[in-house]
Amino acid sequence: MSVLVYIDTLNGKIAKNAMEAVQYGSKIGSTTVVTNGAIGESELAELGNVGASKVLVNRALTTNDAAQTTRLIKAAAESVSATTIVFSQDLTGKAVAPRVSAALKAGLASGAIALPEDDGAIKVNVFSGKAFGKVKVNTASRVIALTPNSVGVEVGSGSASVEEFSADLGNGSYTVKEVKKQEGDILLPEAELVVSAGRGLKGPENWGIVEDLAKSLGAATACSRPVADIGWRPHHEHVGQTGVAIRPNLYIAAGISGAIQHLAGVNGSKVIVVINTDPEAPFFKAADYGIIGDAFEVLPKLTAEIQKLKAQN
Amino acid sequence: MKLLVCISKSPDTTSKIDFTDNNTKFNESGVQYIVNPYDEWYALVRALELKEQNGGSVTTITVGTATDDSIIRKALAIGADNAVRIDAEAGDAYFTAFQIAEYAKNNGFDIVFTGKETINYNGSQVGGMVAELLDQPFVSLATKLEMEGTTATINKEMVGGVEVVEVNTPFVVSAAKGMAEQRIPNMRGIMAARTKPLEVVPAVACDQLVSFEAYELPPAKSDCKYVDAENMSELVDLLHNEAKVI
Repeated sequence: MSVLVYIDTLNGKIAKNAMEAVQYGSKIGSTTVVTNGAIGESELAELGNVGASKVLVNRALTTNDAAQTTRLIKAAAESVSATTIVFSQDLTGKAVAPRVSAALKAGLASGAIALPEDDGAIKVNVFSGKAFGKVKVNTASRVIALTPNSVGVEVGSGSASVEEFSADLGNGSYTVKEVKKQEGDILLPEAELVVSAGRGLKGPENWGIVEDLAKSLGAATACSRPVADIGWRPHHEHVGQTGVAIRPNLYIAAGISGAIQHLAGVNGSKVIVVINTDPEAPFFKAADYGIIGDAFEVLPKLTAEIQKLKAQN
Repeated sequence: MKLLVCISKSPDTTSKIDFTDNNTKFNESGVQYIVNPYDEWYALVRALELKEQNGGSVTTITVGTATDDSIIRKALAIGADNAVRIDAEAGDAYFTAFQIAEYAKNNGFDIVFTGKETINYNGSQVGGMVAELLDQPFVSLATKLEMEGTTATINKEMVGGVEVVEVNTPFVVSAAKGMAEQRIPNMRGIMAARTKPLEVVPAVACDQLVSFEAYELPPAKSDCKYVDAENMSELVDLLHNEAKVI
């Protein structure tokens, strides 16, 4: 079976969730990757390490214009006769996968968290992570949008052939005026470790202890909805039902009570640590490890212990 | 400007999620349905603000049965001028998008708004599909939208930041947090909504590309293991050696 995986490399890097999508594809069938932008050929060849046999790169398309990206993917799918098209369900995947599904009339399994089962059914997240659904695709071709950090990635060895690929992209549908890069190196939606805090921190000036812990771990920072709403932290850090849904390996929550709407955004996390002064905080019910204590005392101690561990290894 | 806002229902955010009929159906008993928050707070309210600034009309469109009329009236109470309901049992995202695109094609809208996703299926699918079916630009995950004549300047979320783009009408946009502030309907709005037009349109034939066969709940979480607040070395040891996440 021929599989096509689209990855977004516009920032010149191959993100971990992109590698995850490529490896996911390679477990379904012979995998070709299609991408665009200015990323180097040798970096693309390394996608062989995660199972790609061929990479098609288009240099003409330098934005993530959903209409043009769809035309690129459609042309690539035709050229390798792909019957399964895989995306990582990041912000680009969310914009492009549905267009590709409609353009090819190929059913879309959105938010996949596992490989297709023997009968073809695909397990996906529904109800903001509060349940799973099994999606059956009724069409000959299918599109799968994979939830980041859901199946993981193991880097092996191999090399993919890289080919320049041109396609009729048509006109751009919009003009990009400006790109504002987010501060910080670790992007929350794809982060494996996340340190999050809520109203218990009492004010934005107290976030230093959260950032210190995140830095010691190499984690992204996040926050609860009230904290984003009152402007203590930027909106892109808000995790929960109406914010970002994440599923890191480790989620540390300090001073967050754990309302059901917050849990919806984080209960896909593999391990949850909750730090709260209130032993009755509902978040403890969803936690793997709980610390009843004051974040102002606990976080610096935890940071110091993490630094000790890192120094040993 | 003619604005179309796609409105979907979703269970209230505090609803208990479980399933019936051998885990093939969402258990609706005791569930309160609301307008999907992204559709209401961001898409609808921003459309109303644009109408207030520039004139025009705001129409809502919903694919569903008569049981959806209560959430449609809520959207009218917030300020939409009229509503359309495509009369059909909810299908997959493609079925929904196809119905919306057919209606939009025949009625010529400048902007089609959707929320960034529904909170029950989280597919983020309908907006992109409508755009493809209409062969129009799709600006996803917009956090700010300003109009100048027929040109919109939109901030959209992208991987690792925000992109500011310019796009000409007609286009499709999905609205995320930041687009607008939630509006609570007042009594006058609620009264007016009772008499605003709600047109029921028959669905057009369309295949469903996917179907949900079954649902399951996540496994119950094992009990929380408590660690003394003074003993962070124990927590680090557990995270490193037991959970193996650091």
